[in-house]
Amino acid sequence: MKKQKTTGREEKPWVRRLLIGISVVFFLIMLVFPLVEVLYRSLKDGLALYVEAITAKNTLSALRVTLIATVTAVAVNTFFGLCAAWLLTKFEFKGKQVLSALIDIPFSISPVIAGLAYIMTFGRMGWATPAIDWLNEVLGTDISLVFSVPGVVLATIFVTFPFVSRELIPVLQAQGSSEEEAAAMMGAKGFTIWRRVTFPHIRWALLYGIILCAARAIGEFGAVYAVSKARGKTFTLPLEIDALYMAGSADSITQAFAVSSLLVLLAVVMLILKQIVEHRGKREQ
Amino acid sequence: MKSKRSVIPGFGLTMGITVAMLSIFILIPLASVLGYSFRLSPAEFWELITRPNVIQAFATSIGCAFAAALINCVFGLLLAWVLVRYDFPGKRLMDGMIELPFALPTAVAGITLSRMYSDQGVLGRFLERFGIQASYTKLGIIIALVFVGIPFVVRALQPVLEKLPESFEEASMMLGAGRFYTFRRVILPELMPALLTGFGLALARGIGEYGSVIYISGNSQKEGTQVVSYIIMQKLNSGSVDYEGAAAIALVLLLISFLLLLVINLIQIAAGRRTRQ
Repeated sequence: MKKQKTTGREEKPWVRRLLIGISVVFFLIMLVFPLVEVLYRSLKDGLALYVEAITAKNTLSALRVTLIATVTAVAVNTFFGLCAAWLLTKFEFKGKQVLSALIDIPFSISPVIAGLAYIMTFGRMGWATPAIDWLNEVLGTDISLVFSVPGVVLATIFVTFPFVSRELIPVLQAQGSSEEEAAAMMGAKGFTIWRRVTFPHIRWALLYGIILCAARAIGEFGAVYAVSKARGKTFTLPLEIDALYMAGSADSITQAFAVSSLLVLLAVVMLILKQIVEHRGKREQ
Repeated sequence: MKSKRSVIPGFGLTMGITVAMLSIFILIPLASVLGYSFRLSPAEFWELITRPNVIQAFATSIGCAFAAALINCVFGLLLAWVLVRYDFPGKRLMDGMIELPFALPTAVAGITLSRMYSDQGVLGRFLERFGIQASYTKLGIIIALVFVGIPFVVRALQPVLEKLPESFEEASMMLGAGRFYTFRRVILPELMPALLTGFGLALARGIGEYGSVIYISGNSQKEGTQVVSYIIMQKLNSGSVDYEGAAAIALVLLLISFLLLLVINLIQIAAGRRTRQ
């Protein structure tokens, strides 16, 4: 009889080495090189230009708009995600599948369409524009929902809409509803059940969803590009990068990479946070 | 057994909030696009979406996204396999960085890839030696879409690979099957639903992608490197505003996305049914 060392789940060493080798090469070329490239290009013309780029008036204004959009989108989508996940995992009702699929729409449609959709609703030709104008007149305000900061915020909310709910639903599903049912039978009120029974189970998934949502909100380009036209006023960081890059001079391209390096840094921080949260979440389960 | 009326409170409240927010932020704006394109007569609509540059853009977007999703299936499977099955230095770093394309803003990825693959860039110069031009060609678009799509496939496969029972492969080996045969006939069929889901997600993302593509593609009509999102955006830009055209093209793009979403959901439902048995 042939002596068998492996359990039938292992490849020959050379196959394994080859597979790992190809993976590492792919990983380096596709994912690591671009990061190095950004950092190299941002610093290759010296620190002075770098500092000038990231402290420029337009960059700071873009940073402000990005922060506003990200914080609002995270807040709105977290609230929505908690409600939607509760609804979709604790109750049985008709049309549940459809509702679940509708929530996922922003995942699979072009962000450019998101921008277009808001322009067609609230833009100059949009059907909701008279209503907004009327509201502005009554309230004495001057709010515009496209080509403005609120427009940028709306477009950001659109593209990140399902991010929190998507992370919460599988966790709540795996959890089942028996604990909440028991709490309800014993007379606990809705919010108490949520806070004392449900929340401890989902906090890591919630944090995870928030991180993904924030990362996407910070970096959104297509949707925001469609509804934001004023540099230094309604531009976000990715739009500022685009403007600098498209200006085309060697200096402005280096500046585009300098601003990009900030976002690369943020992306890496997000990934590390995500890794920590994922790890803690797994350990607690 | 779940009773029809749940004892858990909050059904009405969460239903109200969910439906209201979904309508305000997603459904009503999307309905405006529908409304806008229905203002066009069928003949006008047809004329707008069958213009040569529009058809070419659809062919480019779908073709490149398809090619990139296929490439991602191969490398995604490889990466997921290596990350789940083997131990090697740097594995945790690799696992953590797989999602970089989700975290990195698409515009940053776009300008960086464009520079890297241009004839003066690190990788562009390398490819040049073989007579291959990447930036400003369809190859460039595919490279950008491989970048944005890779996490979809890896993350779809990893959990399934982790849960694959050992007994399947052991039984296969006991029956005398070689390793590759086992992979092809035993493991791959088990991974198929997840692989298709990952493929579908990467494809859907690729067809609508904007930020990471527009810099590396060069957006030349002559070279056929304009993608659909670029055409829509062009019609929104001041100077040549054409809302009707944008809405008509967006509607077609939406239909393609919905079809893909439907197929992905059907695959997942079918896979769920299979494992529950």
